[in-house]
Amino acid sequence: MDMKERMKIERQAMPEQEPKVRARNFDEVPLGYTPELAKLEAQRCIQCKNRPCMEGCPVEIDIPGFIARIAEGDFIGSIKKIKETNALPAVCGRVCPQEVQCEEKCVRGKKGQPVAIGRLERFVADYERAMGAVSIPEKAAPTGRRIAVVGSGPAGLTVAGDLIKLGHSVTIFEALHVPGGVLVYGIPEFRLPKAIVAAEIDYLKKLGVDVQTSNVIGKIETVDELLNAGYDAVFLGTGAGLPTFMNIPGENLNGVYSANEYLTRSNLMKAYRFPEYDTPIVKGRNVAVIGGGNVAMDAARTAMRLGADHVYLVYRRSRVEMPARIEEIHHAEEEGIELHLLTTPVRYIGNEKGWVVGMECQRMELGEPDSSGRRRPVPMPGSEFIKDVDTVVVAIGTSANPLIQSTTPGLDTNKWGYIIADEETGQTTKKGVYAGGDIVTGSATVILAMGAGRKAARAIHDYVMSK
Amino acid sequence: MAARIVDKRQLSENVFSMVFEAPKIARKRKPGQFVVVRIHEQGERIPLTIADADAERGTVRLIFQVVGKSTAHMSDLSVGDEILDLVGPLGTPTHIEKVGTVACIGGGVGIAPVFPITQGLKNVGNHIISIIGARTKDLIIMEKEMQSVSDEFVVTTDDGSYGFHGFVSQALENLYLLPGKKIDQVVAIGPVPMMRAVCDVTKKYRLPTIVSLNSIMVDATGMCGACRVSVGGKTRFVCVDGPEFDGHQVDFKELIDRQRIYLNEEKESYDHFCSCRQQAVRR
Repeated sequence: MDMKERMKIERQAMPEQEPKVRARNFDEVPLGYTPELAKLEAQRCIQCKNRPCMEGCPVEIDIPGFIARIAEGDFIGSIKKIKETNALPAVCGRVCPQEVQCEEKCVRGKKGQPVAIGRLERFVADYERAMGAVSIPEKAAPTGRRIAVVGSGPAGLTVAGDLIKLGHSVTIFEALHVPGGVLVYGIPEFRLPKAIVAAEIDYLKKLGVDVQTSNVIGKIETVDELLNAGYDAVFLGTGAGLPTFMNIPGENLNGVYSANEYLTRSNLMKAYRFPEYDTPIVKGRNVAVIGGGNVAMDAARTAMRLGADHVYLVYRRSRVEMPARIEEIHHAEEEGIELHLLTTPVRYIGNEKGWVVGMECQRMELGEPDSSGRRRPVPMPGSEFIKDVDTVVVAIGTSANPLIQSTTPGLDTNKWGYIIADEETGQTTKKGVYAGGDIVTGSATVILAMGAGRKAARAIHDYVMSK
Repeated sequence: MAARIVDKRQLSENVFSMVFEAPKIARKRKPGQFVVVRIHEQGERIPLTIADADAERGTVRLIFQVVGKSTAHMSDLSVGDEILDLVGPLGTPTHIEKVGTVACIGGGVGIAPVFPITQGLKNVGNHIISIIGARTKDLIIMEKEMQSVSDEFVVTTDDGSYGFHGFVSQALENLYLLPGKKIDQVVAIGPVPMMRAVCDVTKKYRLPTIVSLNSIMVDATGMCGACRVSVGGKTRFVCVDGPEFDGHQVDFKELIDRQRIYLNEEKESYDHFCSCRQQAVRR
């Protein structure tokens, strides 16, 4: 196909469930490309020389390489190309913010729409799994080195995948009863089906990674005990910690949740299938979700699927400052989530039994930019109003989990309690101990955690081989 | 990690003692810590305090009261059965030091978590006054164990069927504080109203009082925030900041409300389980 023909093809939309239907079920929203759509979309890639898309990828996928194979119809060859550098393509194809990474750099985006790189990645990963064609790549000869990975979220899984291929022996210690970290407790089924996460972890197990669930490092064993037990290096990818609250009156009323709890109940514990599953969740009729990030969108869309009449997304700045992906905001609005922008709760109102029945809000206006560069929201005096709500989900971020830091002498943290680690290597202040993901950066994205894991794996490899 | 039941005893009508194979936890646990159990694939995660452990045999003993579906299901299990997950030890251990005379107070199934703390406090040389109580004689558990680690020992029953007639808080005040006996510290564990009553008494005497809270938890490792409690006007997390707190600072009213969040769902789940169990028996 010549350049002119390629340039003529429009960006292919991905079929998805109708908003009215999907707002009441937990099935995945996008249905994925068909092989025909995928080939057509792949043909839009002009295979330019400079490959700017790859600069935008934290895990350095050979993007033009895998897309060229799709265009030729070699889907299995394509996924093999991706898996050279990315152990979790089915996950990344779904949850990466491609619009600010690979796709933002795509030359086709300069005049028109960029190539749908994420949708293509997702397509070949799903194709391989559906065909039962998942193959196990060659591993390097055993090195005799042992590495402990603490936490099985995106950072830990990436480290494990990279190091096992280099011939090391890798054990993952996971605190919860299922591996996957935020991929299983945080991101909802309708955005990332848990069977897909399980398949990606199964792939790592087939590569030889040992996964120990229900092991809380810092409690059952300390980092020093792991090092003394013969692990040559330890990677800490323990993820998000305790939820942040606003410290306003009524936050401990019944019916007020942190997003972490709300999503963990629904996703990890499958409370949306109560009483088939034992874990309950409050199914509110009028639900307010506080925050403007991807986690807030997940919570709001979960509330709708649990049967709410109204879900209000309450955010103190305006739409342009919302940290959530545009696609997520779009999906939420399509499903009937009502945005209350430039609004903040000032207190929650409870009844005599300690249940939340309302919240007092205040309107905001935007002032001068703050340290984050976003315009600071300023309360408007006299703008207070009361809204009836029976459930509130606070999704304004998390703080550092203290379990490892408090039991590991020599491991320095910053003033917020996050582990101090070198940006390029993940090396902490303690010899042989590396860290990456949310426990270093605070709340960020899946792919940034994977990028940190990739760098740390390289540094850990160099370190253990020089020992 | 899955864990096998190696011993099971019924201590009273609704209270069971189960010993699980969990060698790593048995070696590591310290007084005041707890575990999370999940019985089966659809099960919930529930926190249970460690009543005792045997590091050499590699076992931990859990004592629990049947209050809902999960505990009822667990009470149906037999020696040799396995539960799907036993995670721990969790929570901050009790600060054990020699302070002089310590009153260790346990109410109902709360006697179980008081036992290892009492043992720890005794081992470092404290003079131990134990006061354990329940509604009626048949509900008193671990009497012998508690007596074995105590210098002075009082049993109370609400109905007077055994020992001191009244609440543990009344025994503490009438037998010790009113007569002016010197106590340096109190540890009180039991139902929230009992802990609140003890704290109401000890506040009057400015007697430092530690309570151990059994909040609703999900992950129990410092992630979800379900277990939050107001202590001294600040939100704290029972799973990592606790489970022990200064009883004079705890907002017990809020704690009672929060323990009732899922009352309806718990009942629905339990009723369904009980009707299934009955049908199974009939068959």
